[in-house]
Amino acid sequence: MYVAVKGGEKAIDNAHAWLGEMRRGDTEVAELTVAQIRNQMALAVDRVMAEGSLFDPDLAALAIKQSRGDLIEAIFLIRAYRTTLPRFGASAPIKTENMACMRRISATFKDAPGGQVLGPTFDYTHRLLDFKLAAEGGVETAPKSEADTDEFKPHITSFLNQEGLIQQEPTSDARPSDLTREPMELPASRALRLQALARGDEGFLLGMGYSTQRGYGRNHAFVGELRIGDVAVELDIPELGFAIEIADIEVSECETVNQFAGSKTEPPQFTRGYGLVFGQSERKAISMALVDRALRWKELGEDNPGTPAQDEEFVLYHCDNIQATGFVEHIKLPHYVDFQAELELVRTLRKEATEANAAKEAAQ
Amino acid sequence: MSTEYNFAYLDEQTKRMIRRALLKGVAIPGYQVPFASREMPMPYGWGTGGVQVTAACLKPDDTLKVIDQGADDTTNAVSIRKFFEKTAAVAVSEKTEESTVIQTRHRIPEQDLTEDQILVYQVPIPEPLRFLEPRETETRKMHALEEYGLMHVKLYEDIARHGRIATSYAYPVKVEGRYVMDPSPIPKFDNPKMEMAALQLFGAGREQRIYAVPPYTKVVSLDFEDHPFEKGGAPQACGLCDAHDAYLDEVIMDDAGTRMFVCSDTDYCRMRREAGHIGEMGVPLAEDAA
Repeated sequence: MYVAVKGGEKAIDNAHAWLGEMRRGDTEVAELTVAQIRNQMALAVDRVMAEGSLFDPDLAALAIKQSRGDLIEAIFLIRAYRTTLPRFGASAPIKTENMACMRRISATFKDAPGGQVLGPTFDYTHRLLDFKLAAEGGVETAPKSEADTDEFKPHITSFLNQEGLIQQEPTSDARPSDLTREPMELPASRALRLQALARGDEGFLLGMGYSTQRGYGRNHAFVGELRIGDVAVELDIPELGFAIEIADIEVSECETVNQFAGSKTEPPQFTRGYGLVFGQSERKAISMALVDRALRWKELGEDNPGTPAQDEEFVLYHCDNIQATGFVEHIKLPHYVDFQAELELVRTLRKEATEANAAKEAAQ
Repeated sequence: MSTEYNFAYLDEQTKRMIRRALLKGVAIPGYQVPFASREMPMPYGWGTGGVQVTAACLKPDDTLKVIDQGADDTTNAVSIRKFFEKTAAVAVSEKTEESTVIQTRHRIPEQDLTEDQILVYQVPIPEPLRFLEPRETETRKMHALEEYGLMHVKLYEDIARHGRIATSYAYPVKVEGRYVMDPSPIPKFDNPKMEMAALQLFGAGREQRIYAVPPYTKVVSLDFEDHPFEKGGAPQACGLCDAHDAYLDEVIMDDAGTRMFVCSDTDYCRMRREAGHIGEMGVPLAEDAA
């Protein structure tokens, strides 16, 4: 007797209940709090905020808890929530030159006004498992600097600008289109590309950026500057007639300085790639800058030998991990109607081929 | 009904934006209209385009039916139906004839639809030329210039290689003599049904496209004079309701590989069994329920 796939509703409810149980895990072990995740899994929280395109560490931490640590799932939760939020305004552009930096380094100058600040980096740690953390943890306190850390730190590229050695970015007060409110149309403006990259998958951008370094759209980049810290977000209040600060957010910013031999219209000068990401996420910021620079080949009159990172359509259509994970994973949904059509086709084709062969043999 | 969200989940601005795209789609049958698809609380690939179109069409007095693979009880159909029960509190039904809006994945119901109904398709890849030309910038140009030679070459190559057109689902159609359109991954068996009385709306969420086939629009499956379109279908009859005209699923019954063929449209099958039709492997409906 045919057993229909009945009871889908009950199966779904039970699966969700089981998921909840698995999420909690062994009840002998203390339950994680959202505050613990927010504080002690801060870089995971940052990634969820960046790719979820929503600056809210508490919600990001909640999403990580709900998703059992699956960050793409957490990003998805944040995106789905974000899209329901009303928009009551657009902030003024953040002024990253005024950033309160906890980290600020330049690979192009040994020293510069504002100084080099290593900040809380993994860069020079030896990657040895610290078994002390497994035992009791403990509290480390970092010594405080005597120096004035609030000192203004101008952008490194502004020094190259003084000599005209680096390409000037065209300024515009035009309101950039919003990727989340208008369908993407190609060719995309740089503003739109940067929006897509800023929420793009860290792993995808890392791979793309890496490929440019290995010769697929080679564009040697120096990290002109990498800075991480808090910036003020200002919003124009029409009733007041001026902008007020509504929040401080942490961002990572990377400006690369790239060689440019010059073209028919432009003299030799340096060019830039730009990366800006919520939170502390310098891998993503650097990758984004490399990919941004690679995508600028057309405006700079460079060649495009057809490398993936220079291909706007390829990069923009495939960098979003929520779109990607949905479509890749949807092939686990039922497809038996289409498969049935294929079965019938293959059977017909095989039958025809067998008959044709038999006829040929008979003729011989 | 959950009051935390607007009726049918989406806010009114978004619904208006989608309705504008739908109207444009209806005005230019088969043309893919870009729209600002929203992130929905289900993953891309699960029918986010169809869900947004349904949300934009639903009125409180509508009756919604959701099918996946022709069946009302497949898990994702259940999930989408529950979503709208929760967010729109509309009546739901498994009966094709009493539904006003039907969201579908991969099938067109066997029963003829009426002018009072809307059929909403979930679409994964709206671009019929995508697997011939991966670039959206190129395919849009090809549609604009009505340059469909590539598609005909592909179908011709099928015939040269296999002796027949080797596309069994998502079989391309030409709408009202102008746009070549992807009918979504329905089996080609369903293609002839697309000339129907109901309004057909197509939503591709991830790809941000909406398109439409208005009632009574000409929809022609691409073919050649000497290789006319064949809708195909299994030679068997439904094992439960003995239908000869329905699209059938093939079910493996035991370790020996015994097969059973049953209607993919579960409502159609139920209707026929209620009317007393009994297939080779079936029993009267009353006994089955017991």
